[in-house]
Amino acid sequence: MKRKQLPDRAFRLATGFSAATIPAVVAAVGVMLAAGATTALLRWGPSFLWRSQWDAAHGEFGAWTALCGTLISAFLALALAIPLALGVAVFLTELAPRWLAGPASLAVELMAAVPSIIYGMWGLFVLAPVLSEHVEPFLQHTLGWLPFFQGAPTGIGMFTAGLVLALMVVPYIAAIARDLFTMVPPQVKEAAVGLGATRWEVVRAVVLPHTRIGLVGAVILGLGRALGETMAVTFVIGNSHRLSPSLFAASGTIASTLANEFTEATDELHLSALMALGLVLFAMTFAILALGRLLVGRTSAQGGA
Amino acid sequence: MTQPATSLSSSPRALRARTRRVLFNRFMMLSAAGALAFAVATLCWVLGTLIARGGGALSWALLTELPNPPGIPGGGLAHAITGTLLLTGAALLLGVPTGIAAGIWLAEFGQGSRLAHTVRFLADVLMGVPSIVIGVFVYGLLVAPLGSFSALAGAVALALLMLPIVTRTTEEMLRAVPVTLREAALACGCPPWIMVLRVSVRAALPGILTGVLLAIARVGGETAPLLFTSLNTPYWSFDPLAPIGTLNVTLFNYAMSPYRDWQQLAWAAALCITLAVLALTIAARTLRRKRS
Repeated sequence: MKRKQLPDRAFRLATGFSAATIPAVVAAVGVMLAAGATTALLRWGPSFLWRSQWDAAHGEFGAWTALCGTLISAFLALALAIPLALGVAVFLTELAPRWLAGPASLAVELMAAVPSIIYGMWGLFVLAPVLSEHVEPFLQHTLGWLPFFQGAPTGIGMFTAGLVLALMVVPYIAAIARDLFTMVPPQVKEAAVGLGATRWEVVRAVVLPHTRIGLVGAVILGLGRALGETMAVTFVIGNSHRLSPSLFAASGTIASTLANEFTEATDELHLSALMALGLVLFAMTFAILALGRLLVGRTSAQGGA
Repeated sequence: MTQPATSLSSSPRALRARTRRVLFNRFMMLSAAGALAFAVATLCWVLGTLIARGGGALSWALLTELPNPPGIPGGGLAHAITGTLLLTGAALLLGVPTGIAAGIWLAEFGQGSRLAHTVRFLADVLMGVPSIVIGVFVYGLLVAPLGSFSALAGAVALALLMLPIVTRTTEEMLRAVPVTLREAALACGCPPWIMVLRVSVRAALPGILTGVLLAIARVGGETAPLLFTSLNTPYWSFDPLAPIGTLNVTLFNYAMSPYRDWQQLAWAAALCITLAVLALTIAARTLRRKRS
């Protein structure tokens, strides 16, 4: 009997060990980044977060400009992506005829699958010229009195980065929203239709309230993706360490700063400051993803019950 | 039944309100269709650009030759294609067995325990950690201690990206296997570990394969974690402890370069990567469809 159980135990142990690598990796990422960032953090302490200098030549580093760039680009992307993604999800679940729903879903999935570097390259060589010649001059013409639309419309900067990020986040949020929408019990929707509600009224009065928490979660997960997106942003944001109120100005994010400077960082302080940036990004995405998962999970649990 | 409704809507005020509602409905639904049309149009624009600019650069030389110095047209990306395949293969060897085993543990042994919940949650978090952060991590783990950028570090970074995807799909697919199948095997006197491997895993195999395909697709397009792990080189390299050229990093460097010939090669690389990733995604989708 004992000998029979031995392979069982070994198997259980081996799979358990594999499963343990996941928490180990997450913990190791945090520890490694914190260890790498020690020099910078000891030097500046928490003020590293709100120092706005970033000057490798003089050894002055602070996360503020990159942090702001990261947040602004991500929120700009979300502002553009949320209405689009909800529209796509509503179309897929409520409107699309059967023959169209399949191919349309496939298109959304493919849009999510296109690698970020491809969006970046397309953004730099195709979208940026279009924006600088047509869209940005038009915005400047109509809304030029706002501080957001000042400066030369070069097509490279925060505005383009936000736009490209939005395109990448749309399929992501849309896919989650579509799954949430299909979980709404058909009886409730039919009841609304029976009361004379139009399709839009069904969406507004039944589908959206029913999936509210999950949708917030979906948006938060989209935010997590937008915050850490690297290649697409690095191509089009212009990579500068100056903070400008204008969306047309070159800017930078944490991820793009890492991508640009990590291999070139020769002195210890610079490398340590970059590690600290990585730690900030990791902490931010960790918190956001945890929140998002919690909310999406809650709606799924409700829908299943 | 219809009598009261008719009398209601025949009052001019109710009629106007109804028309407004119907029109607003039409407007919102058209907006929804417009959102999808916009998304599809963007996808077509991106893919169309890739085919138009990269298609011309596809040639036999692309697959067989090394890149030329700037100014000399032609040349290929043979080393980078090989490098990408080698790195992805190595990442598969590291990430997939671990991921499948972790998924087995979650579905068969951990189940609803607290520990399993934590692992599941952290796998979801790991899936969303920015890939560049994984790159920084592996730099600290392997590049700095070993003193050199290496193909090994790149493979580890990619494997870490694959791990949570494979784990979560494996678990989900195993959970879809009916309990009765397992009970039947156990009742016949089959030891649990053989039951798991020959009944559960076998039944879930197509689904697990889907997860692996999706993981390859995800990793195949990744550039950020390779920038400072496997770095890049314009030559052949088969040494696991030396930098290795990959399609993605080469694409990044060449696209950012001022030379037209290199940008041309970058477009060709972009087309190759995208076609491969989309083909894998469609394959995974077809496999999943077939099953359900």
